[in-house]
Amino acid sequence: MGFRKYIPVIVTALMVVGLQIVLSLTGATYYLTQITMSAYYALVVIGLCLLMGYAGQVSLGHAGFFAIGGYTSAVLTTCNLIAYRDNSLIAWCGSLGLVTQWTDIYGKDILSFSPWAALAAALLLTSLIAVLIGVSIIHLKGHYLAMATLGFGLIIYRIVLGAQIFGQADGISNVPPFGLFDGLQVNGRLPFRTQNYYIAWVMVITTMMLAINLIDSHIGRALRSIHQNEEAAHSLGVNTYRCKLFTFVLSALIAAAGGIFLTHYNGSIGPSEVTVMKSIRYVAIVAVGGMANLWGALFMGILLNFLSLRGVFGSYDDAVFGAILIGIMLLAPQGLLRKPDFRAVLSFLSKRSHG
Amino acid sequence: MDNTFFETKNLHRFFGGLHAVNNVSVKVPQGQIKAVIGPNGAGKTTFFNLIAGTLWPQEGEILFRGKKITAQKPHVVAGLGIARTFQTTRLFGQMTILENIMVGRHLRMRSGFLACMLNLPQTWSQDRESKARALAILRDFGLLECAHETASNLPFGRQRLVEIARSLATEPALLLLDEPAAGLNIYETKELAELILKIRDQGITCLVVEHDMSLVMNISDEVIVLDQGVKIAEGPPRTIQRDPEVIRIYLGDDHAQNIES
Ligand SMILES: Nc1ncnc2c1ncn2[C@@H]1O[C@H](COP(=O)(O)OP(=O)(O)OP(=O)(O)O)[C@@H](O)[C@H]1O
Ligand SMILES: [Mg+2]
Repeated sequence: MGFRKYIPVIVTALMVVGLQIVLSLTGATYYLTQITMSAYYALVVIGLCLLMGYAGQVSLGHAGFFAIGGYTSAVLTTCNLIAYRDNSLIAWCGSLGLVTQWTDIYGKDILSFSPWAALAAALLLTSLIAVLIGVSIIHLKGHYLAMATLGFGLIIYRIVLGAQIFGQADGISNVPPFGLFDGLQVNGRLPFRTQNYYIAWVMVITTMMLAINLIDSHIGRALRSIHQNEEAAHSLGVNTYRCKLFTFVLSALIAAAGGIFLTHYNGSIGPSEVTVMKSIRYVAIVAVGGMANLWGALFMGILLNFLSLRGVFGSYDDAVFGAILIGIMLLAPQGLLRKPDFRAVLSFLSKRSHG
Repeated sequence: MDNTFFETKNLHRFFGGLHAVNNVSVKVPQGQIKAVIGPNGAGKTTFFNLIAGTLWPQEGEILFRGKKITAQKPHVVAGLGIARTFQTTRLFGQMTILENIMVGRHLRMRSGFLACMLNLPQTWSQDRESKARALAILRDFGLLECAHETASNLPFGRQRLVEIARSLATEPALLLLDEPAAGLNIYETKELAELILKIRDQGITCLVVEHDMSLVMNISDEVIVLDQGVKIAEGPPRTIQRDPEVIRIYLGDDHAQNIES
């Protein structure tokens, strides 16, 4: 049952390949870089869509989780341990493959944690923080949850901006590429452009598959039931607290993964990724995408981030996303791209064509 | 061991200064239909909320199959085999009828977040089974033809039915129905009476809050009367019907004296 739900996945994959072919035939491959970056931002949006659209929990702090992933990875892969090379602990880490030696662009030898080790540490730290935050705020509703997550986002922003280890206003640069498997690496340099376009999309499509499976399962139904009537769901045996907490942690992990990959791709991360405006942007995109509509969120996540990265919105970038959010709340508080609306349009069209 | 099927002992619940449930002790033998009646604001819904774990009592005990279940979370109470419906129907409005019933099967599902995300074979075989069970329940309720309708589009009477079906999907041993006949017409009420009897005959004990007296008198084995949080009478429907205190509460003092004389 239910293989139909994978049809959009296949269509998306074909479109991704098609787009790459068209762009390379027309010599417009420079677009690929921004699409790749948009894809990593779209990951955050997919995770937030699960949380907001399905479980009905708003988060104004998702840029914070993106940053925890990105910054942890950046710190661990750029810290230079070469002075401690002979330390037995470091040597032991080396024998496990947790630290690697590489040469940065200035030709300096660097001994730092390997990207895989950093990824594991970043995801672990994200889960830990998400659980701690979640346990304390997930019982809050509506405005209160929004405020609490906003507060979390602000704290992370201030920490990043204040702490030496995170490079303060400059952020962290010289983050090494992330060698995934032999030959494949998350790397923003020109020769790796097409490869990285596909790496990003494999990430996005895999995440979409996992999210679709979840939504389609009894847990997805439970999440939607909590969204629509929490007390009724609870009385039917749904552990509402645990469902919401797990979804919160899951969506934080997805955001962190986006942060990790984009940081290796860009070779850097800075405080602009952690601003409240970034968090609001993700919320705005989920809202235009139709709230409980993963495909809408993905589509808008790619499109709007791409336009923003292309500089289409100019210096009004943040204002545009603020305006989108206000517009949605005023005109279509249920979200813009909604399935019932599509169905209504389709049936309208089919009636017209028959009549 | 105390083998009373379900029992509350000296339950108390205050809302600020309001004593909404005052020292209520009730025993419900297995397989009975017990009605809870009382004027508006008597504390009937609060009493149900205490049992279901939606509210916790400040004092007193609740025992179910000899086990203390006082102050447990609603999902735990549901897991122990107590299901409920609400005074105002609480369907998941944007979900289909079938999905509403399937949420009722949530307790029987074993796969966790990871298994669901990976769509492991056990997940989808469980899901298929749950769907089959939900469809069977809908067939029993004569709701099969609207299985794929959005819940909020259904007429009111049917929504009530769906809510009962959904609570039965959890396979409860004790069912709490809060004013199931409210808003139903005469025919629907008659069907409801038959349905409740059928549920009882399946071995499910029922506790029913109801204002419709003829329904209460027709189906219940015993009746409890609450007034201002206090249990003022308990007994078979015929006795309750003649209880002067009950008549006084329901019909006023004059009426009670007329009947007594
Ligand atoms: N959550 C609450 N907070 C404060 N007061 C409450 C709460 N729930 C109920 N009450 C009060 O407790 C009293 C009993 O209410 P309850 O809903 O249990 O009565 P009821 O017997 O179900 O009445 P009805 O027949 O109108 O449904 C009422 O005075 C009500 O206002
Ligand atoms: Mg009530």
